[in-house]
Amino acid sequence: MKNRFIIAPIAFAVLALVLLIGILRAPRGERIIPSVLIGKPVPAFELPNLTNPGTKVSSKALQGKPYVLNIWGTWCVTCRQEHDTLLKIQQMNEVPLIGVNWRDEDTLALQWLSDLGNPYSQIAVDREGRLAIDLGVSAAPESFLVDANGVIVHKHSGALTMEIWKRDFEPLIAGRAPAGS
Amino acid sequence: MRIVLLVLLAALLCVRAAFAIDPTTLPDPQQQARYQKLTHELRCMQCLNQSIADSPVELAGELRNQVREMVVAGKTDDEIRDYMVARYGEFILFRPRFSARNVWLWFGPAIMLVIGAFIAVRIIRQRSKLVEQDNEPLEEEAAGR
Repeated sequence: MKNRFIIAPIAFAVLALVLLIGILRAPRGERIIPSVLIGKPVPAFELPNLTNPGTKVSSKALQGKPYVLNIWGTWCVTCRQEHDTLLKIQQMNEVPLIGVNWRDEDTLALQWLSDLGNPYSQIAVDREGRLAIDLGVSAAPESFLVDANGVIVHKHSGALTMEIWKRDFEPLIAGRAPAGS
Repeated sequence: MRIVLLVLLAALLCVRAAFAIDPTTLPDPQQQARYQKLTHELRCMQCLNQSIADSPVELAGELRNQVREMVVAGKTDDEIRDYMVARYGEFILFRPRFSARNVWLWFGPAIMLVIGAFIAVRIIRQRSKLVEQDNEPLEEEAAGR
């Protein structure tokens, strides 16, 4: 009957350990919902080009080289905070930034770019938010790293910073660039 | 006075209907019912604790549009859920699905109950055995004889 007094503390210790592991492993970011799209092909899109009217921005044409899809809108405050980082990333010339202008107005978007500078090599206009839904976007800004095979390899929700870029994006870009390019 | 109050209350009821977030009505009542059911079981990803039917957020409206179009296009409920899960993950479903990852969440309580019942039965059996063994008459009883 001695073991009755041992079982209770052991059970308690096991439970405490399980909970502790859960707490330690929980991500400490602002958003904890993992994207289901990591490792999946980027959804096919063909949307109007904001800065070059009459032409399209398409996933097909972009395939073959890694790129970053950045979801933004002029109504999005965090996008404004992120903008300087995007300009710096563009200057480093590691990977093209493709903007997805989400639920916005062309005139406002163009005004924003002429005021703040344009970090994007192309901007797709997603007025109705179809591409944003296909990408599982819940709030702007979000950034998706797409590799040369058109597969989404990383997603960041919220504003990009240089620190996040160096830590999460650069290793993946360096590793995924096609040989000889 | 009472009548005035009643009229005011009735008016308030109308106001509530007018401010409903989602005024959608589909011509086919069956489709409408499915649309209502689906929008109530999909989570608004921006507000987390509201369904897309209850949320005034734009994204929720866009997802409602998506659901409506798919319902009208004749997609099944599961096809619509799959569509949402493929983009937003299981998290968008208020009613989680059964999967290998969450199997112990589904069965955990039942397993705990079985273990608990097993332990309880063992304890009760042991104690009833004690009663059987302890069949010596009590002192007072013995003295009374």
